[in-house]
Amino acid sequence: MRLGLGSRLGFGVFAAVILAFIYVPIGVVTINSFNSDRTFGWPPPGLTTQWWSAALEAPGPRDALVTSVKAGLGATAIALVLGALLALALTRYSFFGKQAISILVILPIALPGIVTGVALQSVISNVLNPVFGINAGLFTIIVGHATFCIVVVFNNVTARLRRLGGSLEAASADLGARPLTTFRLVTFPLLRSAVLAGALLAFALSFDEIVVTTFTAGPGTPTLPIWIFNNLFRPNQAPVVNVVAVLLVTISILPVWLAQRLAGTSAAESRL
Amino acid sequence: MRSNKALAGLLAPPLLWLVVAYLGALFAIFATAFFTTDPFTNQVVRTFTLENFRALLDPTYLRIIGRTLLIAATVTVLCIVIAVPFAFFMARVAPARIRGLLVAAVLVPLWASYLVKAYAWRTMVQPGGVLESAFGSTPGYGLAAVVLTLTYLWLPYMILPVYAGFERLPVSHLEASADLGGRGLTTFRRVILPSVLPSIAAGTIFTFSLSLGDYIAVQIVGGKLQVLGTAVLQNITLDLPFAAALGTTSVVIMVLYLLAVRRTGALDNL
Repeated sequence: MRLGLGSRLGFGVFAAVILAFIYVPIGVVTINSFNSDRTFGWPPPGLTTQWWSAALEAPGPRDALVTSVKAGLGATAIALVLGALLALALTRYSFFGKQAISILVILPIALPGIVTGVALQSVISNVLNPVFGINAGLFTIIVGHATFCIVVVFNNVTARLRRLGGSLEAASADLGARPLTTFRLVTFPLLRSAVLAGALLAFALSFDEIVVTTFTAGPGTPTLPIWIFNNLFRPNQAPVVNVVAVLLVTISILPVWLAQRLAGTSAAESRL
Repeated sequence: MRSNKALAGLLAPPLLWLVVAYLGALFAIFATAFFTTDPFTNQVVRTFTLENFRALLDPTYLRIIGRTLLIAATVTVLCIVIAVPFAFFMARVAPARIRGLLVAAVLVPLWASYLVKAYAWRTMVQPGGVLESAFGSTPGYGLAAVVLTLTYLWLPYMILPVYAGFERLPVSHLEASADLGGRGLTTFRRVILPSVLPSIAAGTIFTFSLSLGDYIAVQIVGGKLQVLGTAVLQNITLDLPFAAALGTTSVVIMVLYLLAVRRTGALDNL
């Protein structure tokens, strides 16, 4: 299909407007982190760096960041193993109930987080705490996060397995390799970048999650999103929240760059 | 390789996790929806009742459910309207060398914190904020701000699958349509749209379900607006069974939605 110059231009202008829509709010937060007005009147009456120095010294966000990273790493590790196993089972075998499982794995992200959160909270207070003595904390955060991170690893690995087909593994088996050898020398090397992309997404998902975390984190272990939300409506803390927000957006460029290096410029395979 | 033992080994750990940690908890909370609470202690009492579901038919709650559905549907439609031309531009119009850059431009806000973005819109719509100073008026906190913010939040979730769909579309199909006399719009309607429909449907799973369950953004930019999520939240401590009934409603809506879009092949395009 050949588009005329006019329609190409039209698409271009439309895309520019949408990109502006995407980036203006982020730019406003950035400018507001220097806004000398505590209530962020617009345009800023003056600029200051005092919020930045205040934020970098505050212990709250730093401790929350550490909790978030721990939770993200734990949840990602569990999701990697479970998601990859499930992907192998569902693409390489056919069996009764396959459809049901492919829906089951989506449910944790498709159903509202508040339902998952309330469900896990009542398990913690009715089963984990009285029976096993486990309180809401880092462990329960990781369990909750891993549950909805499985699907992103599963999706990435499934997409790769489908694209690869089974012929290389069949060839390996024909040449006498046992299943585990085939997995180690053939399947896994081919899956590696998809597994990494899935891990990156899983970590990001966990790092950003707030709803399920609200119900599974104890009072002593706020993650970074929880800390932000708790301080959002406190007039004293709002300027510091701005600074943390800007830092988070800046940091988020890193995984995007990494993911692009992993998957090439084609997004066709990098799954949500 | 294709033995039952290997399959069982692969399936057992993930299924055990999903069934025990997730389905178990989920069913427990559904069961709670049929229980009642002690009016003095607010503790859950395990006597079977349908009262919680009857209470949902109260006009107040019907209105909340309707409003939530309306928000989810509007956000989904807005996301489609924006994402389809934008993704088409990314995949088919923009020069190949800036394509990677455009994908990155969509991905960065996706990775940026959800709270940061919702909060950004709070500063946009607040009285005396950016919108008021730029356009002279602002919708303020409320329904319009919620729709705007949710559309903003979930837009990348729609753009990316649709972009992938456009990218997979073979050029030869477009050329064949042009050779057979199809004009731009005809080609779009009869060739392009049918082949990216599963991708669009996949995007709607995200936009619809995420809007349906959201209560954080609603609290940040919605003012006193009540939706399903906020209603669940308010009832958790005082009346868990009723909160469970409200939650069950959103789950039922979402499962019906998933079953409906499954026919389009959307689940393979997530």
